[in-house]
Amino acid sequence: MIAETKVTALSDAKVGNTGIVESIDLAEEVSNYLAHLGFLPGTRVEVLRRAPAGDPTVYRIDGVEVALRGDTARHIFLKLTTA
Amino acid sequence: MSYHTTAVIYPLEQAPPPEPGKKSRLRTVALIGPPNSGKSTLFNRLTGMRQKVANYPGVTVEHHSGRMKSIGRGDLTLIDLPGIYSLATYSEDARVAVEVLTGKMPGVPKPDCVLLVLDATHLNRQLMLAAPVFSIGLPTLVLLNMSDQMEDRGGVLDTLALARELGHPVALISASHGKGLDVIPEFLLQADSVLSTKLRPVQLPVLQTPAACRTWATQVTARTNYQSPQASLWTRRLDSVLLHRVAGPLIFLAVVFAVFQVVFTLGQPLSDGLGVLLTHAGAKAALLLPDTWLRLLLRDGLWNGVQSVLVFLPQILLLFLFIGVLEDSGYLARAALIADRVMRSIGLNGKAFIPLLSAYACAVPAIMATRTIENKRERLATILIAPFMTCSARLPIYTLIIAAFIPNRMFAGGIVGLRALVMLGLYALGFLAALFTAKLLNSSVMKASSAPFILELPQYRWPTVQSLTLRLYDRGKLFLKKAGTVILGVTFLVWILGVIPVHLTSGTVQLSGLTNSVIGHIGRFIEPVLRPLGFNWKIGIGLLSSIVAREVIVGTLGTLYGVDPATHSLGLQAALRHDMTLGGAIALVVFFAFAMQCTSTLAVVRRETNSWKFPALQFAYMTVFAYVAALVTNQVIVHLF
Repeated sequence: MIAETKVTALSDAKVGNTGIVESIDLAEEVSNYLAHLGFLPGTRVEVLRRAPAGDPTVYRIDGVEVALRGDTARHIFLKLTTA
Repeated sequence: MSYHTTAVIYPLEQAPPPEPGKKSRLRTVALIGPPNSGKSTLFNRLTGMRQKVANYPGVTVEHHSGRMKSIGRGDLTLIDLPGIYSLATYSEDARVAVEVLTGKMPGVPKPDCVLLVLDATHLNRQLMLAAPVFSIGLPTLVLLNMSDQMEDRGGVLDTLALARELGHPVALISASHGKGLDVIPEFLLQADSVLSTKLRPVQLPVLQTPAACRTWATQVTARTNYQSPQASLWTRRLDSVLLHRVAGPLIFLAVVFAVFQVVFTLGQPLSDGLGVLLTHAGAKAALLLPDTWLRLLLRDGLWNGVQSVLVFLPQILLLFLFIGVLEDSGYLARAALIADRVMRSIGLNGKAFIPLLSAYACAVPAIMATRTIENKRERLATILIAPFMTCSARLPIYTLIIAAFIPNRMFAGGIVGLRALVMLGLYALGFLAALFTAKLLNSSVMKASSAPFILELPQYRWPTVQSLTLRLYDRGKLFLKKAGTVILGVTFLVWILGVIPVHLTSGTVQLSGLTNSVIGHIGRFIEPVLRPLGFNWKIGIGLLSSIVAREVIVGTLGTLYGVDPATHSLGLQAALRHDMTLGGAIALVVFFAFAMQCTSTLAVVRRETNSWKFPALQFAYMTVFAYVAALVTNQVIVHLF
């Protein structure tokens, strides 16, 4: 059984963590764009790796790798499924 | 691998076969798909080398169209629509796509049918575009691209079920390998007769919001038992090295350096060889002409000038070959990721990276590409700094001066060359000037970045020979066209001004010597301003003529030194060594690193900013910057050596 833990900001999730997108709190234009890349409530996302400078971070969502800066990922919230 | 080579899979009953000999009612076909779906590769496959690029009226979105000759349908025009995720009209690209599809774009005929390209490796997401495209109501063929990758990595897709679910024919293809493309002419034949028997999508989301389209897409893929492929193991492995904390940035620098090294070690002999060939051909051809002023004009004037620019074709092609390999393989997106931190430190949007990177080829498309930056101030900043990036038009003068003045010395056991190092230094100089200017703009007119950096990292793939060939062909054609028009024209003008006024003595035409010619007078008039930079009057004329375009200086110098009896028999490199100091030579390339010598760029800045203020400001700023930098360079070198 997968233990559902508390809601965290995507930027706080660690490399290797996976979770389900809970909500996105960004301007409509940005969240629409992210939606087309797969960032929608209910989708599974995995923290893949950080860029050499520590930011942006690469996420795997829906079979696609997408890089986001911390200041964008901070507004995406998810329920971690693995700690 | 299961390619449906002959039959298009139709959702309902098989469409009636086309009547043979009947004239096609189809005229125009639209090609649409999300970014990175392989749409451009497919477009090139279907149209071959002959395509037209134009701008849609009133917008800067490029319009590619071509005849579908490669599949034997030269009677059909294929329109390549911009790569978009949705038809929601908040982006200019999507607005253009909607207007073309609905026949509202002036000057573009309404398409009769649509080819929708989707990446089969992540269909959940890609299908989101299908719903709005279907609802336009044109006969549509859904092409699931990258099927080879999908199958190799264990993905499962039932085309028949999918076609039923979508209400439109579906086919698996691989655009990069040219597989499965037979379905396209098949579909076009059938679409011709199906035009009246309207196919209706089984079910579409009512409200086409991203969330609704997404839910629809997920339902469709679930009902058709689609299984998305596993992540490519190779991409993970490569990324763990190429995006490694330490190794990543080092590899990035090594790659950039290797590009310059090869452009020199391989490009220089090719260029020299081409030079010998062209000189020889010119001399042979000149013998066929009568020994009059006409021979002088054609050989010493035009041929010398144009030839001295043409010899740089190998280097330009090599540079673009590397850019092509880096882009097509997927490495460029990783480079953007590595460079993002630097971009942010100067307050630039991460999105500025891609336009700035393409400015290494040419500032004109780069400035047009800044349209993707929504924030007006950031966009303006990117436009203003883009011409500092070392565009390929600077390559001729850089290579010429470096080959003439920098010894071909190798370090570190023959891996690191001095010439490549100097070249890298010049590229770095332009980049630093851009950083400095961005910082300056940031502290005066602009606030810190607010727009997000969202970058999709494609899977690594092998670049295909076809796509690389097309790039080189495009670039080569552009370069030769420029040599044949602008450079030829300016060279002609320079030669004329270099021999007038003419005197008639005892019935024969007597040309002026270079020093007494009109150009000699102009040159000596401006010489005092340029002498502190270590430039003589001929270089001054070269600078003046290169305001049109940077490469022109090489053509002008070729003509001037070709006309001058003192340097007539020398090659251009030798002539420059004879006529310039090291300080002046280095100052010249430094000047070119910073100066705004390009009327096309000024024109595009004027158009994009809709005012003369910014191009004027940019020209003044860059020219002063270049002058001061060249002055300092020359003075330092003169006092050091």
